[in-house]
Amino acid sequence: MSTIEKKISLIRSKFSVALLRPDLGAIVGVVLVFLFFFLVARDTGMFSLEGSMNWGIVSSQFIIIAVGACLLMIAGEFDLSVGSMIGFAGIIIAVTSVVWGWPVWLSIISAFVVSMAIGALIGYITVKTNLPSFIVSLAFLYILRGMTIFIAIISTKKTIIGGVTEVAENDWLAPFFGGKIFTGAFDWLAEQGIIQTFVAGTKAGQPVVSGIPMMMVWAIGLIIFAHLLLTKTRFGNWIYAAGGDAQAARHIGVPVNRVKILMFVFTAFCATVFATTQVIEFGSASADRGILKEFEAIISVVIGGALLTGGYGSVIGAALGAVIFGVVQQGLFFIGVESSLFRVFLGVLLLLAVILNTHVRKLITGAK
Amino acid sequence: MSDLPLMELKDIHKSFGNVDALKGVSISINAGECHCLLGDNGAGKSTFIKIMSGVHQPTSGQININGKETEINNPRDAIDAGIATVYQDLALIPLMSVSRNFWLGRELTKKVGPITVMDFEKCNSILMTEMDKIGIQLRDPTQSIGTLSGGERQTVAIARAVFFGAKILILDEPTSALGVYQTSNVLKTIERVREKGVAVVFISHNVSHALAVGDKFTVLSRGETLGTAKSGEIDFQELQAMMSGHKELSELKK
Ligand SMILES: Nc1ncnc2c1ncn2[C@@H]1O[C@H](COP(=O)(O)OP(=O)(O)OP(=O)(O)O)[C@@H](O)[C@H]1O
Ligand SMILES: [Mg+2]
Repeated sequence: MSTIEKKISLIRSKFSVALLRPDLGAIVGVVLVFLFFFLVARDTGMFSLEGSMNWGIVSSQFIIIAVGACLLMIAGEFDLSVGSMIGFAGIIIAVTSVVWGWPVWLSIISAFVVSMAIGALIGYITVKTNLPSFIVSLAFLYILRGMTIFIAIISTKKTIIGGVTEVAENDWLAPFFGGKIFTGAFDWLAEQGIIQTFVAGTKAGQPVVSGIPMMMVWAIGLIIFAHLLLTKTRFGNWIYAAGGDAQAARHIGVPVNRVKILMFVFTAFCATVFATTQVIEFGSASADRGILKEFEAIISVVIGGALLTGGYGSVIGAALGAVIFGVVQQGLFFIGVESSLFRVFLGVLLLLAVILNTHVRKLITGAK
Repeated sequence: MSDLPLMELKDIHKSFGNVDALKGVSISINAGECHCLLGDNGAGKSTFIKIMSGVHQPTSGQININGKETEINNPRDAIDAGIATVYQDLALIPLMSVSRNFWLGRELTKKVGPITVMDFEKCNSILMTEMDKIGIQLRDPTQSIGTLSGGERQTVAIARAVFFGAKILILDEPTSALGVYQTSNVLKTIERVREKGVAVVFISHNVSHALAVGDKFTVLSRGETLGTAKSGEIDFQELQAMMSGHKELSELKK
């Protein structure tokens, strides 16, 4: 290599390293999105404590499923059954607790066990048949949705099962998915006048935001767990390797199949967390819940800089992608834009993200 | 060097359905020796080394390691027996950093409170020393393998295998996609590795690359061995003729 060539390649690689943070695009995106809404929606209350709680919760919902989809995508696979899994897990909780009279904690644990077992099955079929997980999980998208509606209909003749709030009243596990934490602190802040209180109605005198919802706690917990797992542990190294080049990883001795199956299980876990928080929050399960969630998860992950082909991505990026998702969806609501435009925006954003990621991939792999 | 070969493969047959890829191939591999496997496309070279590295199992034949009959059922068995393979196109994972690649499957860990995490500090500092030894200047250990040249990747993969105690290093056409400068670097690395007492199995199409580093040459043709020659016993023309004309070594010697 000539010295000029060397210099060029050095400059190129320096430039690349700056660009190669997978989450760079999402960081820029979040800044732009906040800037935009701060400029146009400042007066709408979007950034008041109450307003922030609103988009914060919506973002947390996206985050919970995006984190699972993120690790799975980095491991080189997709799960299109996430949305159906959400509906399925919710109905399991409602049927077993309300109709069959199981204690709610047992219903919740059962939903986790069954969902994670199905996740393992999807993973097992994928690695054993060598079929694209896209197809295998698409099959489960239909199987699970069908099963969910079937179970709901045969047990209650309805597709919406209510009454969970009543049976969950004194349950020890339900509050981990439904309640709020730091309520004392928020009460205190309200007493000090730092937080506004309701002035009228049944809640008069109570703070407008009474605590941090468990939904947010789960979102933050999952981000921290998945981020540490991916970037700090040896198992994380195997996740990258399994998605980066499964064959090469196998030759080096990485248990690629086990890694992939476990990531399907984790995705199912995240879907069930989402389902459980929703069931406890609404006090009901609906057989059509979770529709299109798999795509929202995948889009968040892609906006977060992960490559659709696997081996590269970031949990923080996926979480920021989910925040962009949540802020834009709620922001458009705050400024009164027709909500259908949100989908247009999303489609455009997805396209831009994929093009950017493909370019980044070329830079990293040195492909021309 | 002991007389006992590190690894012997005797009368190896391998069929894929009705394709007989190997029809009775035998070679023996000694420490500190570079054994070149030559042959035209489809000769069965890759199939043969995949049997050595546990990717395929032979249809029939015997494998001895240190004189003891051994079965290699999967890549893990091969790795445990000290057999490391560097494949041309899937030696390493291009999207991952040099450090993550180097330590893949052998990650150094430490405890932080109750959780076990990778010890990046130690991983990176050992990596930098090792890279220095083989003459690769890394800007930083977290740069991706994809930013290295093809020759550098091969060199890193070889260094990795040796670092983790490979006794037998199998290289499948490490130089076929490389330019002159990078090829000479890889050949130098092979030389250095062999001097450490590692047995190298070097697969190549290119007779001059093989002659540059080889101690022994075995030519395969359509799944059969045409013979094994020692360095000095055979020259470029003869090897070339065997590879292309399927002439037996004994015929050439007449
Ligand atoms: N998995 C497989 N299934 C069926 N046939 C195979 C398989 N692998 C190899 N073969 C066949 O075995 C024969 C030997 O192939 P092999 O890849 O070992 O040749 P090679 O000497 O490595 O060739 P090249 O120089 O092109 O790499 C070929 O006819 C090939 O088609
Ligand atoms: Mg080959």
